[in-house]
Amino acid sequence: MSTVVLLVVTGLGLGALYFLIASGLSLIFGLMDVLNFAHGAFLSIGAYATWWASGHLPGAGSDGFGFLVSVAFGVAAGTLAATLVELGVIRPLYGRHREQILVTVGLSLAVPALIQAVWGADPLTFPRPELVSGTVSLLGAAIPTDRFLLIAVAGLVLAGLLLFGSRTRYGLIVRAGVEDRAMVTALGIDVRRSFTLVFAIGGAAAALAGALGGLYFGVVTPFQGTSLLIFAFIVVVIGGTTSTVGCAVASVAVGMVQQFANYYTVAGLGDIAVVIVLAAVLLTRQGGLAGATAGRVA
Amino acid sequence: MNVDTEHAPRTSAPAAAQPIVDVRRTRRVPGWAAPAVVAVLLLSLPFSTLSLPGLFEGTLNSPSTLHLLATCLVFGGLATSYDLLYGRVGLLSFGHALYFAAGAYLAALLMWTLELPLLWSALIAVVSGTALALVLGAISLRVSGIALAMVTLAFAQAGSILVIRDPGRMTGGEEGLALNPDTVPGAFIGVVNTVNLYWLAVGYVVVAVGVVWWLGATPVGRVWQGIRANEQRVSVLGVNPYPYKLAAFTVAGALASLGGVVYLLVSGGVTPAITTAEFTLTLLVMVSLGGAGTRWGPLLGAVVYTYVDHRLLQLAASDVFDTLPAVVRAPLSQPLFILGTLFVLLVFFFPGGLTALPGRIRAALRGRGRAAAAS
Repeated sequence: MSTVVLLVVTGLGLGALYFLIASGLSLIFGLMDVLNFAHGAFLSIGAYATWWASGHLPGAGSDGFGFLVSVAFGVAAGTLAATLVELGVIRPLYGRHREQILVTVGLSLAVPALIQAVWGADPLTFPRPELVSGTVSLLGAAIPTDRFLLIAVAGLVLAGLLLFGSRTRYGLIVRAGVEDRAMVTALGIDVRRSFTLVFAIGGAAAALAGALGGLYFGVVTPFQGTSLLIFAFIVVVIGGTTSTVGCAVASVAVGMVQQFANYYTVAGLGDIAVVIVLAAVLLTRQGGLAGATAGRVA
Repeated sequence: MNVDTEHAPRTSAPAAAQPIVDVRRTRRVPGWAAPAVVAVLLLSLPFSTLSLPGLFEGTLNSPSTLHLLATCLVFGGLATSYDLLYGRVGLLSFGHALYFAAGAYLAALLMWTLELPLLWSALIAVVSGTALALVLGAISLRVSGIALAMVTLAFAQAGSILVIRDPGRMTGGEEGLALNPDTVPGAFIGVVNTVNLYWLAVGYVVVAVGVVWWLGATPVGRVWQGIRANEQRVSVLGVNPYPYKLAAFTVAGALASLGGVVYLLVSGGVTPAITTAEFTLTLLVMVSLGGAGTRWGPLLGAVVYTYVDHRLLQLAASDVFDTLPAVVRAPLSQPLFILGTLFVLLVFFFPGGLTALPGRIRAALRGRGRAAAAS
């Protein structure tokens, strides 16, 4: 019983991480038809900026309020990077989806390599606040506290995204743009501004995932983002939709499958189990993503 | 064939302003001339003792040069097979490395575990690689566009994880597998026989390029062209695109797994580096560098890329590199940084790749000439 509880909460924690990456990804994908490979780079930037801030930024540290400042710095760095990328290389290629994807592919290779050139390939120990470093006993299982933090943060981001979508004017434009970009443009609304906004939001969420991923894994490495990104892709495809809620459900499912398969079979098989789930979803229910994107994608 | 019709509108518009004689003169060169020249060049290389000091370390027929050329050619054939998907049908696959790795790893495994001779190992590896492409293609192609990219990437990643995690101690994990010398004919072993590996690589390129060009000229190739231009229109015309896309996926997978076997022989072993997503992305860079969907582009791009990559590695090991300041040296010592930066620059400054370059230069010169005439 306690094992199951532990696996459930850990799976939820991992799912929370996936959600933070995949939500931005699916928004960018839905609105712009861009498979944003640079998303993993934003995650790495967020993680390294948080790590750097906790050691170098005045007022920031590894505990309490200082840690919040560190994370805020990391998120700000990720947001800035995403905004610059959108304005600098995505926008000039407006309407050329394939080139946009290629550019993000280039960035996804160059940015982690640059990070590696500066800080080395070895994993760096991530600062861990006292508050979330122990374990909590729940139904007989000793669960690392940071898992709860991850789940709570992902819940807040989910709520924030839903409120943004339903209560703000920009959220309305973004949601409408995801549905039918041509129609929104025809109504005289500049969708490009919401591209930048969505990219910035996605970058912020990815950077937050980087900071929290540092807590989850205890270390940061230059190519952590790239490997997490692949699972985020799977989440987006399984979610089968560009909706935020679908993304959340798929994240949880993928995180759970991975944890349970890793525990009850050979370690490492969890990753493959996720791919098998993906194949099963594609075989049993075609449509979803394909139905929404057929004909207008690169 | 594909390319000729495709570029026709682009070239004919400026050509209309030119004297008609020019058009006729270009038409007089038969279609087989360029492939024949390239084939003669490739076949005569090992007999040449020419020394090109800036380009290659030894003479053209020295083992080190031939080995480098063979590697360039293997990647050239592989990039051509990737372009069958990307450039000709417009399928963005991020999992092509899987089929290449399947060919190389399966052949190596069969040689070690069952001690099958090279020919049987190669045959079984290529057939299995093709079957894998058929099955995974059948699943992946249920989605299209960007979702297809994600799904192919996921499958390839599963393969990569499988190889690196090394269940049952078969794949050698991070170390990879060496070629089992007992099951390979002596003609393919040793530095003295590098020339035979070179012939093998030339043979692979001929097969890959031949199959892709030939299929492009058949009715199937025309449907592919239609799918690339507008898939919806093809299905409205009453042609189901799915079997055509699956055929392209399978043929590309078959050519890739054949390339994997050749690569295993040429490099004398296989490492997990060829299973990663980065490797597929490298193929994408090669194809984009040369020119996607063109006849020579993928081959040219792969040869240039592999050669430059090799030279950069040599340069990184030399003293020239140490004199550079750390700010420059550190990023340049990261091959992926160079790869990624090259990619971004390519998209912005070389759309169409190397094969489009002569046309662009000509257009620029003509534009300048016209401006001079006007003033």
